[in-house]
Amino acid sequence: MTHESGDARPAGSRPGLITTRQVLDAAGVARAVEAIAAELRRRRGDDAAELALVGIHSGGVPLAKRLAQALAATGWPAPPVGMIDITLYRDDVFLGLPQPIVGETELGFDVNGRRLVLVDDVLFTGRTVRSALDALIDFGRPRSIELAVLVDRGHRELPIEPTYVGCRAETRLDENVHVALTELGAASDAVVVESRRGTA
Amino acid sequence: MIDGAVRSEAEFPALQHLLGLEGLTRGEISSILDLSTRMKEIGERPLKKVPSLRGKTVCTLFVEASTRTRTSFEVAAKRLSADTMSLTASASSLTKGETLLDTAKNLEAMGPDIIILRHSAAGAPHFLARHVRAAVVNAGDGRHEHPTQGLLDLFTIRERLGRLEGLEVAIVGDVANSRVARSNIFALRTMGAKVRLSGPATMMPPGLEALGVTPCRRIEEAIDGADVVMMLRIQKERMGSDLFPSDREYFRCFGLTRERLKRARPHVLVMHPGPINRGVEITPDVADGPESVILEQVTNGVAVRMAVLYVLAHRQGRAS
Repeated sequence: MTHESGDARPAGSRPGLITTRQVLDAAGVARAVEAIAAELRRRRGDDAAELALVGIHSGGVPLAKRLAQALAATGWPAPPVGMIDITLYRDDVFLGLPQPIVGETELGFDVNGRRLVLVDDVLFTGRTVRSALDALIDFGRPRSIELAVLVDRGHRELPIEPTYVGCRAETRLDENVHVALTELGAASDAVVVESRRGTA
Repeated sequence: MIDGAVRSEAEFPALQHLLGLEGLTRGEISSILDLSTRMKEIGERPLKKVPSLRGKTVCTLFVEASTRTRTSFEVAAKRLSADTMSLTASASSLTKGETLLDTAKNLEAMGPDIIILRHSAAGAPHFLARHVRAAVVNAGDGRHEHPTQGLLDLFTIRERLGRLEGLEVAIVGDVANSRVARSNIFALRTMGAKVRLSGPATMMPPGLEALGVTPCRRIEEAIDGADVVMMLRIQKERMGSDLFPSDREYFRCFGLTRERLKRARPHVLVMHPGPINRGVEITPDVADGPESVILEQVTNGVAVRMAVLYVLAHRQGRAS
């Protein structure tokens, strides 16, 4: 999810005071995806059986597709890629989020017996992943579910940890992590931390 | 598809109630239809339920009989995990002389978030909406509007033909008594479709041109080159008598037959809000034919009503 639940951006911050620092550039994003693919192969031995990837809408979807390509590039059969939207499973939709727009869910395969890897762009509080696990399990009984994220920015509020991490970013709670991907309309791939220093 | 990311910039409809389709903007209708697409997918899952409206209470208050619309709303609410309660005219104190307002205040005391009202009096949902905190959905008020039927018809057309803009839609039958026709006319015009109407002269209200629609004396004129043919139900319970001589006479002049349907475009959709009077409005071979989307309308009705409940459960400002 590009929108981060639990984002504690201070009210009244002035947009003129945004500072940014880049965590990954385009090459860094590519290396991170390849590193996840390599680690996934290593951990699974050479066993690609029943593997399927599920991207969390919206940032996780292109990343899941890239991860499938990266796995194929190592000589594995490209795993099927599904997408899941967790809006209807969120625990915070009635807490005043402005636009609970529902994205597309399309798995395209039977999850029963699958060894799934859930893919998202940013891991923050863990609430999105909790919602995604609930959603996935409503589709059946996968044999296992692992979690791959491009960026782990810390500040977990639930006991959820990633299996595969592209990179870790030290962030403050009031900062915003933005993942730009060309598939989502960005000019180039990047991971950027935005700081909004409000009233000093 | 990544298009969802782009679409998330779209406006979320800021509805407080759904009382009619008159006055809804193109953006509001489009976003409800987009949301309905997502809701339809839930109905195709092995486990047809999401926890989105857990803890919300949806109350159906049907002062006028209708099994299918009430069931459709209840299925929609349950698929979103809302709790439902239902009152019908025969079971409610309305038959004991209680006023609608008193019934509503008593319902309100049980804390529903959304009240779905069907009533034989036009404007009853608007009256209710002024007096309760809950969001009100009009499930049909007299001859006025039936907004969720209009939305499910638009959804069905858009899903099958890919668009609404520029389509030629023929609506045939008892236009004067039909809230389905009114809701469809408002929404189809807003979305840029062209609407032609045909029915017995006794069932065609005056002043139709002011709604931007084209009245046709004969059904053949209305169907000629149409993308959609929407047949209205002859509402025997509502009209009393005298509006047309006999079922056979009605069928001869305005019944949809395979021969008449040949005048429409090859991809034509045949629609009907149900229940069908076979052999009166439509022949069985057309009702069950390849052009018919009548049962799809029923399936889509659940999806559209899920979307409406979802939107109203998220209304800003008044919900606690």
